Amino acid sequence: MSVLVAKGLIRQFNGLRAVDNVTLEIPEQQVRALIGPNGAGKTTLVGLLSGRLACSNGRIDFLGRDITKVPPHKRIAMGMAYTFQITSIFPSLSVHENVAIAARRLCRNEKDTRAVVADALKRVSLAHVANTDAADLSYGHQRLLEIAMGLSQSPRLLILDEPTQGLAEGEVAEFIKLIHDIRQNTTVLLIEHNMDVVMQVADVVTVLNHGQVLFEGTPADVQANIEVQTAYLGGAHVKA
Amino acid sequence: MDFGPYLMLATLEGAVTAAVLALTASGLALVFGIMRVVNVAHGEFFMLGAVLAWWVTDLMGATPVLGFAIALVVVPLMVAALATFADMTILKRINYDPERTIVATIGILYILQQVTLMTYGPDARPVTAPFNTRLALPWFERTEDGISLYWPWGLSITSYKLAVIGAAGGVLLGLWAVMKRSRLGLMMRATEQDREMALAFGIPVERIYALVFGMGAGLAALAAVLVVPIQQAHYLMGGDPLLLSFIVVIIGGLGSLPGTVLAALLIGLSDGIISVFFSPTLAKILATLLVAMLLVFRPQGMFGERRL
Amino acid sequence: MRRDVQKNLLLHGGVLVALFALQFVLPAYHHGNVARIMVLATYAMGYNLLFGYVDLLSLGHAVFFAAGLYGMGIAVSHLGVSAPLGLMIGVLAGGVVGAIIGALALRTEGVAFMIVTLMFAQAGYLIILYFGEITRGDEGFVIQQVDRLFFGGDLSDPFIRYYAAFTVFCISFLSILALLHSPFGKTLIAIRENQERAVMLGYNVMRFKLLAVIFSAALSALAGATYGLLFGYVGASFASVQYSIFPLLWVLLGGAGTALGPLVGVFFMFYLIDISSGMTTAYMLVAGVVLVGLTLFAPQGLMGEIRRRFWRWLP
Repeated sequence: MSVLVAKGLIRQFNGLRAVDNVTLEIPEQQVRALIGPNGAGKTTLVGLLSGRLACSNGRIDFLGRDITKVPPHKRIAMGMAYTFQITSIFPSLSVHENVAIAARRLCRNEKDTRAVVADALKRVSLAHVANTDAADLSYGHQRLLEIAMGLSQSPRLLILDEPTQGLAEGEVAEFIKLIHDIRQNTTVLLIEHNMDVVMQVADVVTVLNHGQVLFEGTPADVQANIEVQTAYLGGAHVKA
Repeated sequence: MDFGPYLMLATLEGAVTAAVLALTASGLALVFGIMRVVNVAHGEFFMLGAVLAWWVTDLMGATPVLGFAIALVVVPLMVAALATFADMTILKRINYDPERTIVATIGILYILQQVTLMTYGPDARPVTAPFNTRLALPWFERTEDGISLYWPWGLSITSYKLAVIGAAGGVLLGLWAVMKRSRLGLMMRATEQDREMALAFGIPVERIYALVFGMGAGLAALAAVLVVPIQQAHYLMGGDPLLLSFIVVIIGGLGSLPGTVLAALLIGLSDGIISVFFSPTLAKILATLLVAMLLVFRPQGMFGERRL
Repeated sequence: MRRDVQKNLLLHGGVLVALFALQFVLPAYHHGNVARIMVLATYAMGYNLLFGYVDLLSLGHAVFFAAGLYGMGIAVSHLGVSAPLGLMIGVLAGGVVGAIIGALALRTEGVAFMIVTLMFAQAGYLIILYFGEITRGDEGFVIQQVDRLFFGGDLSDPFIRYYAAFTVFCISFLSILALLHSPFGKTLIAIRENQERAVMLGYNVMRFKLLAVIFSAALSALAGATYGLLFGYVGASFASVQYSIFPLLWVLLGGAGTALGPLVGVFFMFYLIDISSGMTTAYMLVAGVVLVGLTLFAPQGLMGEIRRRFWRWLP
């Protein structure tokens, strides 16, 4: 069964179509990468999927249920998790409490919550800073904290919006290992600029350009495709 | 009195209320529209206008007409200066943060009101109108010979009340002309549209803000000077104009001047007419609830783009 | 962490013990004042729950205080209900009014929320005046001594009154501390810190806010009902705008979002007004000056400043 099916999504901003008739289907256990040049509509598309933005047209099914009109918090409660492109955490609360807020909704009691939090922090290697205020973390650690908040919800679909943006090289390598760990039991939708990361972790890549799906295929296909290369001309992200 | 003449009287009295209210509320609308802040002390500037008008005419004791004429010019300027001072010393320092501005203007409200109580005292004092001829008004009745006019007892209005309506209309027209036609109005509208952009174009936004806050208070004070010969000056008289101005500004589409004037007419006239049928308290309850519901259910519709 | 918990226990336990012990040393006049302060601090705590912990600034809490006051007063004086039941009716009335106003007002935010709550409270005040035959309008009515028996205790007796005020204060204070440490309270704080994130973690933010309004209203109503029972008077002035401004003033002065702020704020403001009203009828001048001064120089309030400068562990 497909975890997420989006059909004919359209989003207009004052006559401009930021997302123009996008159809997308993500099967279970897949790591799907969403790439495209700046302004291609990636973040808008993810906004539609997570419910932060309303669709002008189209239909979204999640786990076989129509969620087009479902408010964002209910989508999350149904098993979506979302990490923000611009780090969005609770700065004055401790790292532990940040993850606890994410986990608590699904836990029966505080003891359960603590166990889930400890596990999530261990997976992103942040256990040693559990009692630090989130504001005092380095930028890279804050990004990892976001991911831990996503993981602690044991989501069916984890949406990661540019998770490696601003990370150091070593941190990116850690992140790739983390995705390989996550993919064991979670479907992932990954918006990513870094093509190295995409090549290493994605099963299928969707390329977005001018709000439309330009191409869809395996990482190798994408690299071979001339249209995609053209779309990226001027954006210096294609290294391979 | 028959119903017809009675209704006409209510309408005329309502028109006086509407005129004064339109002046007061347009001051509040101006401040909200351009500065995006809610001035809770607006009613106290109204009250100060009335109290200072009493003070000026009292000083001029022997010549009430001249005293009133001076008050009409000087008092709004005094109140505007005071408001400008409050803007520069308080509101500017908290960066016009919307919520903190409300708290600060609540503080200003109490300061103005209580200082008035300490100096002017708790009494209500009248101001003599400069002229006050009673004008009897005709009504028609159907007789066997067709329609004929007669002068029902009690159906009358004073020349002063008519003058208030005229003066308010004149001032509002002047305000509209300043906003639309003058360079100052252009700068104000630019500041209203986009503060950052206005700054970039070299418009002295801070001075515009101080001026607008002063003008807003000055309009309230002017309305109060006009109304004080009809209604006495008292240190607690600011509450009602504040509440009514809120209602008018919200119905009129926050910050829009023509909308505010229209809403003031609607509220002022219906206030006079409704109180013929309902108790004034019930009318106030309904108006308050109506406005709250408007804010709750039609925020975009009323304000254009969501401003509050 | 553990040492902070100990310090907290020591400080708050100390404050409660001191409040309890005060009654044995205070002269009669101040004895009555402190009882009044504890009831008003309960009102302030109800306000702080919403303003300090959810960042919702209401300008209409008097309607909740009055709902408790009149709910109790009418039940006890007109319907012949016993005082304890009257108290419960008062709290329930506050909760219901809170649910209705909350459900409507929460559709707005920021300045519109402030104005909508102000308008609803004004309507509430006018409604009390309109039904003057029952409420006696501005004049208000006295609750007879026979109606002020609480399980045999005569609430008009100063010492029993002090105990009652102290009990209500303690229960409210401890429930708020417990609430803040519960998952519910932690979620409220998360919503205050970053509402958008809380939504994207699957929380129904509106529901949490509505519950917070209802709790806040019920606590304010508890204070109102207690005030009526302890001091034997129910009047419309308690529903006026001034009584919506007071809790804002107290909480701003004491420190929004601090546990002890409401008590500290009420204490200082009460005595400031008490002293100045001995000197002039224009005693509300003090309130105005304090409001302006706080927004300009100390937006965090007394306890907030203490927390910022000295005791970071204060809740």
